Amino acid sequence: MPLWLFIFLGALSVISALGVVIQRNPVHSLLALIVTLMTIGVLFIGLGAVTVGFLQVIVYVGAILVLFLFVIWLLNLQSTPMDSGHLALKLLGALGAAALVAELFAFFVQTPLAPPAAKVASDYGSVLQLSNSLFSDYLIAFEVTSVLLLAAVVGAVALARRAPAEPESERAEPRAARSEGW
Amino acid sequence: MVPASYFLIVSAIIFTIGVAGVLVRRNLIVMLMSVELMLNAVNLAFVAFSRALGSADGEVIVFFVMTVAAAEAAVGLAIMIAVFRNRETVNADELNLMRW
Repeated sequence: MPLWLFIFLGALSVISALGVVIQRNPVHSLLALIVTLMTIGVLFIGLGAVTVGFLQVIVYVGAILVLFLFVIWLLNLQSTPMDSGHLALKLLGALGAAALVAELFAFFVQTPLAPPAAKVASDYGSVLQLSNSLFSDYLIAFEVTSVLLLAAVVGAVALARRAPAEPESERAEPRAARSEGW
Repeated sequence: MVPASYFLIVSAIIFTIGVAGVLVRRNLIVMLMSVELMLNAVNLAFVAFSRALGSADGEVIVFFVMTVAAAEAAVGLAIMIAVFRNRETVNADELNLMRW
């Protein structure tokens, strides 16, 4: 990846990441987040990790962010004014972030720049190389991941569902009243 | 070839923006988005190191991080729907039942 392309993509991702935090409307934040994640996906591809880059676009932009958009629209949040927030709390948050910046900057100043990339295999970032590693060294972790996803699906359904007792009684009440009225 | 350190710097900046978002914003959905930002910044660092060291391990970790992020988004948004149904708000300051 040429340097000018990296600078363009890096600046774009940082600016749109700022947009996520700064925008007042959650839908605008989400759009900025989509730009950030797509840009990071392109950076992955530029680094040679083609499979992971495409996975990033498919999984994040295709699945996770659509889920966010659904929830924003479902709860009708795009018009509500948000972030009343205490000023002191925001100041404290900004101070914490500034401390993190200072710490990271100190690290980067101390550590020498990484040497140019080691010699990489010609099939670096291919599906074959990734799956060779995934299904041999990381097989157990891969299988545990399926349990995690199952637990997440069951948990999400259990959390988002209405408590079963409440609508039952609500539905039963008017029906009983109506039968009495008849 | 762009040196790996440049990618790490971009990753650090995005991670810090994510931290600031979680600390400063009070809207639960935007806080969750900021968490996604942090996860992605870490992914970028993983891929940069994976490339610099010429091994596939970093990419596999990114794969797992994506899975965890998907699970986290699903459960987090489900919690948000449940909270909104009960309290009619997603402002983190107004959800003070377990705060002193």
